[in-house]
Amino acid sequence: MDLGTFLIQCLNSVQYGLLLFLVASGLTLIFGIMGVINLAHGSFYMIGAYLAYALAPVVAGTFGGGFFATLVVGFLLSIVLGYLLEWAFFSFLYEREHLQQVLMTYGLILVFEELRSIMVGDDVHGVEAPALLSGTLPLGEIMTYPVYRLFISGVCLALALGMYLVFTRTRLGMMIRAGSTNREMVQSLGIDIQFLYRVVFAAGVAIAVLAGMVAAPVSSVYPGMGNQVLIICFVVVVIGGIGSIRGALLAAMLIGIVDTFGKVLLPQAAGVLVYVLMALILLWKPDGLFKAG
Amino acid sequence: MNSRGLFVVFAFAALLAYPLVGGQFGVDLVNKIMIYAIFALSLELLVGGTGLVCFGQAAFFGIGAYATVLLSPTSEAGSLCILLLASALMAGLYALVVGSLSLRTKGVYFIMVTLAFAQMAYYVVHDTPLGGGTDGIYLNVKPAMGELIDLENPLVMYQFTLAMLVLSFAFLAVLLQSRFGRALAGIRVNEQRMRATGFATYPYKLAAFTVSGTLAGLAGFLFAVKDGFVNPEMMSWHLSGAVLIMIILGGLGHLRGALIGAFAFALLQELFKSEAIFGSLAKHWHLGLGLTIIASVALLPRGLVGVPGQIRERLMGRSSRRAETSEVGHER
Repeated sequence: MDLGTFLIQCLNSVQYGLLLFLVASGLTLIFGIMGVINLAHGSFYMIGAYLAYALAPVVAGTFGGGFFATLVVGFLLSIVLGYLLEWAFFSFLYEREHLQQVLMTYGLILVFEELRSIMVGDDVHGVEAPALLSGTLPLGEIMTYPVYRLFISGVCLALALGMYLVFTRTRLGMMIRAGSTNREMVQSLGIDIQFLYRVVFAAGVAIAVLAGMVAAPVSSVYPGMGNQVLIICFVVVVIGGIGSIRGALLAAMLIGIVDTFGKVLLPQAAGVLVYVLMALILLWKPDGLFKAG
Repeated sequence: MNSRGLFVVFAFAALLAYPLVGGQFGVDLVNKIMIYAIFALSLELLVGGTGLVCFGQAAFFGIGAYATVLLSPTSEAGSLCILLLASALMAGLYALVVGSLSLRTKGVYFIMVTLAFAQMAYYVVHDTPLGGGTDGIYLNVKPAMGELIDLENPLVMYQFTLAMLVLSFAFLAVLLQSRFGRALAGIRVNEQRMRATGFATYPYKLAAFTVSGTLAGLAGFLFAVKDGFVNPEMMSWHLSGAVLIMIILGGLGHLRGALIGAFAFALLQELFKSEAIFGSLAKHWHLGLGLTIIASVALLPRGLVGVPGQIRERLMGRSSRRAETSEVGHER
C-alpha cells in the first residue's frame, strides 16, 4: 500500500467513523439517559437516507430545491417524528423490563421497513451529491478525493461539537445529565422529566436521520440499510461504554479504522474483524472503554 | 396433575393427532414450528430459567445445521444417531467456548457480546467457501436409522420432530425442577445473594449456556434434515431476534410459554402472509406482524401465558373494586 492509498483509506476511516458516531451517539444517549434499548434506531438512519431521496423532488417543487434545503426540511420533520414517536410508543416503556423494550422496538423496525417498502418501493436508489460539493481534491499525483466525503466529516464534526457544547455548557445539558443520574430527584426539583426525555429522544432521532440524509449520496439508498448500521452502532456503543458520548466517539473511530483497513487488507475476514475487536475489548474491559456514571 | 401439566399433555396429544387431519402443507408447517419450538425452549432455559439474555442463539442453531450437512456422507444416508449427536455436540462445544468468554460480562453487554459471537459465526459461513458462501449447501441424502426411521418420509420426519420436542420439553422440565435448575433460578433472581450463599455461579451459568447451545444445535439438525438445505441466513441476527420474540410473546419463565410463543409467532406470520385475507398487503406481512408485536407489548406485559391471569384479575379487580366502593363509598 503506497502513501496515497494509505491517506485515502485514512480519510475514509475517519469519515465512516464519524458517521457511525452520529448514529451511535443517539443510541447511547437514549440508553444512557432514558434507559431504553432502541433497536429501531437503525431505522431512523434508513428513514433519513430515504428522505434525502424522496424529499428532494418535493422540496425542489416548493422551495426551488437544493440539497441543503432538503437537509433542513428533513431535519425539522425528523424532530417532529421523534417527538411523536416518543409520545406514542416509548413513554410507557420506561418502567418496563429491557426485554419488553427490545420486543417493542423490534416491532417498530418491521413496521418502518414495511411502510418504507409500501411508500417508496424496494429498489436501490442513488442520491446525487450537490453540485457545489461534487468535485474532487487532488491528493498526490494521480489520486483524488471526493469533496463530498470531506463535507460528511465536516458535518459530523460540527454536530459532535454542538452536542458537546449543549451537554457541558447549557442549562438543558445540565438537566439532561442530572436526569440520567437520578430521575426522581430531578423530578422533585420541579423539572419536567417527561419533556426532557422527549427532547432527548427527538434529538437522537433527528441526528440519526441527518446522518442518513448526509450519507445517502455516498452509500446510496437500499432496503435493510438501517439494520446493518444498527448492529455496528451497537458494537460502537458497547465498546465505548453505554451512555458515554466520549466512548462512542473513540469506539466509532476505532471501528471506522478497523473496518476500512480490514476491507482493503483482509477482504476475506473483513466482516468478522469488527466483532473480534469488540469481543477482545470486552474481555479486557467488560464494561466498555468509558463506563458512564 | 395440575391444569398446566394437563395443557401441555393435551397440546402434545393434539400435535400427535394433527397429521390425521392436516394436509401436506399443514404437516410441513407444523413440523417447522415444532423445530422452532425446540429452538425457543433452548433459549427459554437461558432467558426465563437463568436470566441471561442471549442475542446470538441463531449461531448454535446454524452450527448444528451446518455440522449436519458437512458431516453427512455425500452419496449415502448417514447414521441418524451419530449425526444428531455430532451436530448437537458441535453446537454445544461452540456454546461452551462462547459462554466461557461472554459470561464474564453482564446485562446489556452480555446481550451484545453474544450477538458479536453469533455475527462472527455468520460471517465465517457467509464469506468463506467452507459453508458454500451465501448460496448455502444442500444435504444430498437425509440421515436414516436402518429401515426403522427413514426421514425422507415427511410423516416420519414429523413424528421424529415431535418426539424430540417432547424429549426436550421433559428434559428441561426435569432439569429446572432439579437442584441445578433451582440454582439457576436463584441466579436469575439475585446472583449476588447466590454467591453469598456459597454458590460459584459461573460454572452454573456456563453449564446452562452449554446445554442451551446443544439444544439449539439439535433444533438446527432437525431443520437441516427437514429442508435438506442450509444457508447463512440461519445464523443471522434476525433469527436470534425472532426466537427471542417467540419466548417473550409466549411468556417468560414458563416452558409452555416457549411452545405457545413459537406457535403464535409462526401462525401470525402465516396469517399476515396469506393473500386470501390481506390481498395485496400480504406482500408486506411484516407490517401486520410488527403492529401485533407492538400491541402485545402494550397490552400483554406477561405474554400469552399471562392472559388467563390478566382476565381473571380484570374480572376480580372490577368486582373487588365494586365491593370497595360500596363499603367506603361514603368517603368519596
